[in-house]
Amino acid sequence: MIEPTNSIVCNEVFKTFGVGDSMVRALRGVNLEVRFGEMMALVGPSGCGKTTLISILAGLLQRDEGELAVLGTDPSALSNHERTIWRGKNVGFIFQQFNLIPQVSILENVAVPLLLRHHPKKDALDRAAKLLQEVGLKGRELTRPNKLSGGQQQRVAIARALVTGPRLLVCDEPTSALDGATGQMVMGLIRELTAAAERVVIVVTHDERIYHFADRIAHLDDGRVTHVSTPAEALAESAQRMGDAAKRH
Amino acid sequence: MRSIAIKMLFGDTAKFYGILLGLSFATLLIAQQASIFVGLMSRTYALIEETPQADLWVTDPTMQFVDDTKPMQVTALQRVRSVDGVSWAVPLFKGLLVAKLPSGSRQICDVVGVDDASLIGVPARMIKGDVSVLRKPDTIIIETRGARSRLAQPINPADPSGPKRPIEIGEELELNERRAVIGGIAETKPTFQNVPTIYTTYSRAIGFAPANRRTLSMILVKAAPGVSVTELRDRIARETDLAVYTPHDFAWTTITYWMTQTGIPINFGIAIALGFLVGVAIAGQMFYNFTLDNLKYFGAMKAMGATTPRLLGLVALQGAVAGVLGLGLGLGVTSIVGLAIPGDKLAFKMTWHIPVIAAAAVIFIVVASSLFSMRRVVQLDPSEVFQG
Repeated sequence: MIEPTNSIVCNEVFKTFGVGDSMVRALRGVNLEVRFGEMMALVGPSGCGKTTLISILAGLLQRDEGELAVLGTDPSALSNHERTIWRGKNVGFIFQQFNLIPQVSILENVAVPLLLRHHPKKDALDRAAKLLQEVGLKGRELTRPNKLSGGQQQRVAIARALVTGPRLLVCDEPTSALDGATGQMVMGLIRELTAAAERVVIVVTHDERIYHFADRIAHLDDGRVTHVSTPAEALAESAQRMGDAAKRH
Repeated sequence: MRSIAIKMLFGDTAKFYGILLGLSFATLLIAQQASIFVGLMSRTYALIEETPQADLWVTDPTMQFVDDTKPMQVTALQRVRSVDGVSWAVPLFKGLLVAKLPSGSRQICDVVGVDDASLIGVPARMIKGDVSVLRKPDTIIIETRGARSRLAQPINPADPSGPKRPIEIGEELELNERRAVIGGIAETKPTFQNVPTIYTTYSRAIGFAPANRRTLSMILVKAAPGVSVTELRDRIARETDLAVYTPHDFAWTTITYWMTQTGIPINFGIAIALGFLVGVAIAGQMFYNFTLDNLKYFGAMKAMGATTPRLLGLVALQGAVAGVLGLGLGLGVTSIVGLAIPGDKLAFKMTWHIPVIAAAAVIFIVVASSLFSMRRVVQLDPSEVFQG
């Protein structure tokens, strides 16, 4: 039974790609609950199913089996068109490689999600300018993305992700293209700007240095959530693993 | 969002100019070659256009085009005049004769002999002199292009290959050893054969021509008031066994001959097809690559809630903008080339059909490359945005 106070509930979610010999079981019965107002980090080795899981949670992919509720809806039960509309209304994305359109200003980049929904242009640009101010890029609105540093570009991406006021924010390795200090700054900004009781943030990461920004850490391995821990517990586990590895060598 | 799509197109400078260049070059080749083809074809029936007074043209039945003169017996003129419904019928001589110029050199000329009494068939636009000069003995009228070029005379008679001046009124030619005095200079449409045209009276023209039992090249006919031209055409043909054409039909008969009996259409067709292929190869490929380069942004937009029709609309808009700009630029350059080169050097005639054909070709190129591009956008899996 799905708990209504949870923003995300996965119950025995399965996902398989391909058929026959080329079949890959990406998710093998994921169980996960994320509460409103929470930032949840998904961690685990490469190929463990993190990207598949956030794609299903964000309505980019459909689950094969299991129960799923994201913000009270099962996006996998929607048609392609309905899912696209649902994503536009409810989900904000922060990508590993920023995916900012290089030929237009950062102001227009931030306004893109609103313009795609036929929002009036002036209002969209006003809201984009306000978000750029919040991420500390006031005065740079007409700059093109390639004139900015990686950290600044990721701040633009954060503003773009938040411009529609989404209740689910999905961040895919948001610090992997940034140096340590910039990564901390970017995560601090995400944490600060997304703190809201009605919002949930999912962060896929390999970067242990940003664990402490999350409220909880879900550990994935071989297509399953093995356990959920606090950031402190996750860091301790990591230290333990490192120590064990050092002893073996 | 439309402005962002257009900025995406303009912002990728190398590809945008590549697309623009491809479409412009394709348009230029298609429109320029087609205009020259139409220009050349329109020159084949210049004589018909220069003689608007005639409702019908009567010729020997074996004649295939305007310059293919097959002389008829002079009695044919009386037979045509006797047909009910004919207001007037006048003779026309047309033939190529060698003229000896004042400098002593020789030049083939197209001699047109018009009715002595009415002078129907003489060019309407006289630059120097008057058509009535043809009533003076041995007089001829020449056209300006011939006067300036092939009939031009050396400034220094002792140096025939030196600088030349246009031949002038009062100077004399010899046609078949007979004196011909230039009495006027007229402005006429260029002809396909591109040799100087000499106008004189019918009787004088047959005097210039080598002796021949048959001298009547064509008969110009005017229908009586209230008489249907087509009915008169059929009646003359039935009663005389001669070929009878309206000016429109005669022009098309001439064009058809050149289209079917010569390699001209194939040569121009190849050039036009090459222009089209250049457009497909350069612009189509560039536009497809441009879309491929932007797939990750389209994927991000799809993830952010852009529906497939919305994205296809953006691709179509980009294609349409590139197409309109390429077409406009190509037609502009074609027009400038056409206007810049004098009409006697380049047969150039851009009818309204040509921009339409060029536009159709550009639309095909843009739509085809857009469809290929759109296919990739439709197949785009938004979850690919998480794959780095």
